Amino acid sequence: MAHIIDDETIEYVGILAKLELDDDEKEAAKKDMGRMLDYIDKLNELDTDGVEPMSHVFPVYNVFREDVVINGDDRDQILKNAPESKDGAFKVPKTVE
Amino acid sequence: MTASEILSLTAVQLGKKIKEGEVTSPEAVKAVLGQIKAMEPELNSYVTIDEEGALKQAEEIQKRIESGELTGPLAGVPAAVKDNICMEGLKTTCSSKILSDFVPTYNAKAVENLKQAGAVIIGKTNMDEFAMGSTTETSAFGVTRNPWNPEHVPGGSSGGSCAAVAAAECFFALGSDTGGSIRQPASFCGVTGLKPTYGTISRYGLIAYGSSLDQIGPVAKDVTDCAAILEVLASHDGMDSTSVQREDYEFTRYLTGEVKGLKVGIPADYMGEGLEPEVKEAVLKAAKVLEEKGAVVETFDLGMVEYAIPAYYVIASAEASSNLSRFDGVKYGYRAKEYTGLHGMYKKSRSEGFGPEVKRRIMLGSFVLSSGYYDAYYLKALKTKALIKKAFDEAFSKYDVILGPAAPTTAPRLGESLSDPLKMYLGDIYTISVNLAGLPGLSVPFGTDEKGLPIGVQLIADCFQEKNILRAGFAVEQSRTYKMPSLAAKAMREKEEK
Repeated sequence: MAHIIDDETIEYVGILAKLELDDDEKEAAKKDMGRMLDYIDKLNELDTDGVEPMSHVFPVYNVFREDVVINGDDRDQILKNAPESKDGAFKVPKTVE
Repeated sequence: MTASEILSLTAVQLGKKIKEGEVTSPEAVKAVLGQIKAMEPELNSYVTIDEEGALKQAEEIQKRIESGELTGPLAGVPAAVKDNICMEGLKTTCSSKILSDFVPTYNAKAVENLKQAGAVIIGKTNMDEFAMGSTTETSAFGVTRNPWNPEHVPGGSSGGSCAAVAAAECFFALGSDTGGSIRQPASFCGVTGLKPTYGTISRYGLIAYGSSLDQIGPVAKDVTDCAAILEVLASHDGMDSTSVQREDYEFTRYLTGEVKGLKVGIPADYMGEGLEPEVKEAVLKAAKVLEEKGAVVETFDLGMVEYAIPAYYVIASAEASSNLSRFDGVKYGYRAKEYTGLHGMYKKSRSEGFGPEVKRRIMLGSFVLSSGYYDAYYLKALKTKALIKKAFDEAFSKYDVILGPAAPTTAPRLGESLSDPLKMYLGDIYTISVNLAGLPGLSVPFGTDEKGLPIGVQLIADCFQEKNILRAGFAVEQSRTYKMPSLAAKAMREKEEK
């Protein structure tokens, strides 16, 4: 079955992905995604009833440690990578009116 | 020793000569920097070269070797690190515009382990953007070219690491492998690449792509080097919750050449349609070598092979869409110049900062995780992953090693692959299932095709059984001599003549 990705879906996925695509990119993405999903549909040939989904090959556990500070004060170094900072904090556009 | 004599050595050979006082670490670094100057205009293996830092490190390390403080096999040896692995104070870009100015404030655990062993890190290697790609053509900093023929790709995503090792621009390099990103470029560049069992090398400081699949691993000139580097890199690390406490951390002891009684299976499903005849021939020849040395070789049906790629692209894209959400123009990286509001800033920064392949995978990943599609795609892929693991479990109840090709073809020409992503993805068919099942895989160069491009054979073992592929890989390697691309050898000769 061929997947047709409509404008609404691409718009919605763009919101989830936090990506802004121009019209050409949107058209390309519709075609790309449709084609990928057609290919991924191959998995439907498999009978997976009763199969446990496997996220990790080995069991994953929470790793705990004592709640003590182990890193030094590297705030200024870290902030050097920020596009904008002010008074020792990351600066972002106004979020609440 | 002359520069070209130094550059012809493997990492372990060089480490030994430094220890014996025949050559010093600064001399080795200067030889490598000379080779880099000669090769880089053609190859572009590196994103960042830390000439000054490397020489300074080498002077220090040389003193510590002479004082007897550093005694390991890699002490003083110049190495390179893929540009998705963090190094304190050195730009780490993931070959993406969005991270083009990012300078980490800490070292990845793998880098820390290398430094402790006295390796000299000379720079960061080029890659496909965020390790998404099979050709190193999606880098924001230009393509890397194959040292065997610059009209061809080096493979990817660790294409810079593999090209650099092949062209003697370093003695070994770190790569990362999510779906074949060490083994496939190693095969295209005629070098040896190892992806260890998931959890063996800490991912702390590796910029994540598909966290359940990512593993760091060595790229080197031979199996001996790979085993020695793995011994240095492998450790249990509390900073990576998926790091595994292994029973064995010794790998070089299995390099005996002894394979008598080793049970080797060749999956019939790896040897059929789509495989280039010359690659197939190389695999059969490697099988013959193992057989002559006493291994038992059989063909068998592995099963599930055709389902690995669709399952992989669902899982890897889903994890990528989540992992890459951290790039939002706030804490690090690129921020768009013009935008309206916070969300506009996020969207603009990401859209201008990411390249097309990365956007493609983030979109697909967001889709398969969205409500209404999660069960049909994401859960289905995780169930498929369980079945793939089961197929391998059955195979490893009969065989110690699975032998097959690393890639269906030798290196394609530049520009051939990106036009059809689906076709490019199909090139990962022999490597991808190894990541899904968490297994160790080794790519060993074994001959060239009629165009003179290297062919790699792949050896796969059960989880934690690196010893079996190292044993078999070492035996296969003994039957051929290491060849350097003529381009790299020529650059070395010309320097000498001057």
